[in-house]
Amino acid sequence: MEADIVDRVRQALAGKTPLQLRGGGSKDFYGRRAGGEILDLSAHRGIVSYEPSELVLTAKAGTPLAEIQAILAENGQMLPFEPPSFSPAATLGGMVAAGLSGPRRPWGGSVRDAVLGVKIVNGKGEVLRFGGQVMKNVAGYDLSRLMVGALGTLGVLLEISVKVLPRPAAEFTRAFELAPAAVAEKLAEWGRRPLPLSATCYHAGRLHVRLSGGRACLDGALALLGGEDADPALWPTLADQQLPFFQGEGPLWRIALPAAAPALNLPGECLVEWAGALRWLRTDLSAKALRQRVTSLGGHATLFRGGDEKSAVFHPLSPALLALHQRLKRALDPAGLFNPGRLYPEF
Amino acid sequence: MNPAFLSELRRALPASALLVEAEALHPYECDGLSAYRQVPLAVCLPDTLEQARAVLAACRTHQVPVVARGAGTGLSGGALPLADGVVLSLARFNRILAIDAENRLARVQPGVRNLAISEAAAPFGLYYAPDPSSQIACSIGGNVAENSGGVHCLKYGLTVHNLLALKVLTLDGELLEIGLEAPDSPGYDLLALMTGSEGLLGLVVEVTVKLLVKPERAQVVLAAFASVEAAGAAVADIIGAGILPAGLEMMDNLSIRAAEDFVHAGYPVDAAAILLCELDGANAEVSEQIMAVRDVLLKSGATEVRTAQDEAQRLKFWAGRKGAFPAVGRISPDYYCMDGTIPRRHLAGVLGRIAELSSQYGLRVANVFHAGDGNLHPLILFDANLPGEMDRAEALGADILRLCVEVGGTVTGEHGIGVEKLDASCSQFTPEELAQFHAVKAAFDPDGLLNPGKAVPTLHRCAELGRMHVRGGQLPFPELPRF
Repeated sequence: MEADIVDRVRQALAGKTPLQLRGGGSKDFYGRRAGGEILDLSAHRGIVSYEPSELVLTAKAGTPLAEIQAILAENGQMLPFEPPSFSPAATLGGMVAAGLSGPRRPWGGSVRDAVLGVKIVNGKGEVLRFGGQVMKNVAGYDLSRLMVGALGTLGVLLEISVKVLPRPAAEFTRAFELAPAAVAEKLAEWGRRPLPLSATCYHAGRLHVRLSGGRACLDGALALLGGEDADPALWPTLADQQLPFFQGEGPLWRIALPAAAPALNLPGECLVEWAGALRWLRTDLSAKALRQRVTSLGGHATLFRGGDEKSAVFHPLSPALLALHQRLKRALDPAGLFNPGRLYPEF
Repeated sequence: MNPAFLSELRRALPASALLVEAEALHPYECDGLSAYRQVPLAVCLPDTLEQARAVLAACRTHQVPVVARGAGTGLSGGALPLADGVVLSLARFNRILAIDAENRLARVQPGVRNLAISEAAAPFGLYYAPDPSSQIACSIGGNVAENSGGVHCLKYGLTVHNLLALKVLTLDGELLEIGLEAPDSPGYDLLALMTGSEGLLGLVVEVTVKLLVKPERAQVVLAAFASVEAAGAAVADIIGAGILPAGLEMMDNLSIRAAEDFVHAGYPVDAAAILLCELDGANAEVSEQIMAVRDVLLKSGATEVRTAQDEAQRLKFWAGRKGAFPAVGRISPDYYCMDGTIPRRHLAGVLGRIAELSSQYGLRVANVFHAGDGNLHPLILFDANLPGEMDRAEALGADILRLCVEVGGTVTGEHGIGVEKLDASCSQFTPEELAQFHAVKAAFDPDGLLNPGKAVPTLHRCAELGRMHVRGGQLPFPELPRF
């Protein structure tokens, strides 16, 4: 299978025909539309190694995320960044390429934080390994983390090693009725204490908070927090965007901000995660006006779903950074084979 | 030195910021790896962005290589000067620009010391997590260049996990703003790429780091073992039990005795190995975890398990570990510190092989390591005044690193390749992988003037060495002639 993928890349290189890399297709909606022939990677699957006491799992990129999460759960472990799946077809490779983390991200780290090593095919049809299967490794440039969020534009992912973590002994979800101004205050107050927070979600006047940890530690934290018990099923539903907020056709924006940034004060409906650092906005506001406001607050905005697919889906880069992106793209994929235009129109 | 270049530097910098006299240059001839020394052409000490930019412009115009330098504490020769190059010291970029308690971040210049960030954050109940042993002296810019670790990486990550943004000057004077105070900045993860790039991709002029809330309590458990294997197995058992210690360190008998003689930490000197397991978090959580860890350790065959009775004893337990390197320095005229990482399951096997190599080379090896993340620091004891002994120490070190690669590890966990491990990294990467690294460097630095010759060996060097990567039974460099 690996040899087949390498062959396809070499043929594409010889024929100068771009390839559209595809795992389970669960995130086809994400990013700009890429040109090229589809290279289906979903058959390149299977867990290569997993030793729970090493806290490392290595699998082929086409392995379904669900398979990985199941084997981790059997061993009392988890992917600490709680990635969204959006569909049962989601793969490990797609998870890395999209680089999307779920509700636990501010406390458990992001996808890129957990990636330890990759095996890829670059645009010259060479099979390369970067990083490894160990937590600490500073040999060579960190090209494995560079693959995270690159949407496949730098190489075909073949194999990925990720750091995994023990599941918390217990988790509780609490809900609070709060006005928007009070939420920021609450979160700031909790943030100053060593509380075992592991997720927050604020929408339509209700703040949900998850706490994770040992029993003894949670008892104290719950007493301090107050609030009412709530359904923990909220979190996977939130990660996979199954909540009613996410339904419908209108544009959905994913806005990342410094956690303590003030309210967006933009028209539309908002849902806030990550203690304020991630704000989803449903709005018909123009991309330009929205990004102007977001940039002024030190953040960036992605047109996550809907809207004008031909517009800039990802926050525009400064001219200097864009030029560097193009040079890096050429360093890994000189012929521009992989997912051209998926990330930015220029490469 | 080319007079035109010199006069351009003089225009770029005030007289006090440009060193060219031999005696002024000597303090810069090496970093923490003092076995390698080289006096540079000049040392530049800019204290503004404009000065730094002008120095880079002069270097570019005259095609003079630039070696950036922080505090000079690096252990792999990353800041070793080049004979035909300048050293650009960031020592005067030493201001803490902002502590933002609300967003839990600090914006600092690269010459700020690692520990100074935590000190400045302390009044807000915050701290900066990565704590390399040199944290009292090493600079945050150097930490970024090396992706420095420390004893708390297993739980809190390396430098790369604790950065938010960088400002980076390119050789052509462009100021790149990489990363944001917001998460997941758009485009490629240049923040990760810059971290650990050893000064080969750009000059870091500003660093924004994450700050964490100080844990309510930290407590340490010391366990003694009759064999290194048993101690290694206990590490796997602790993690297998779902406990994530803040620090998990191991020392072998030679290190235990050296450390005990040095700091009187109260270590059991008859033990074949000890583990130090630190737990932190909320008070009740730490109590809960200590009980669990004690349980696991006893079941794993610990001959003795002690919990520090108070903060003084906790610090004493750590003093032995943190003083292990100087302690070994007291029992040997010289020592050579290695930095391989291995998958932990190979710990016992690798330590056994190191013992065999040690007797084969006739040199003692003391083993100190970050057991939680498999990062080994074997210390090879030797006497540089005895003819041939330094060469033997280096050869033994190379064998140990090759062994780390063989079992699926790496030649450097946290010290970097620098100049020291260029040869060793030939065994870790294929020629295609090395060529890819060189292509990435060229994307940032087409002139190849930023710290050239460090971090990534040339294909030619690896071929000459003949000590190369063999993967799948095929010798690399089939296109090159063999002698």
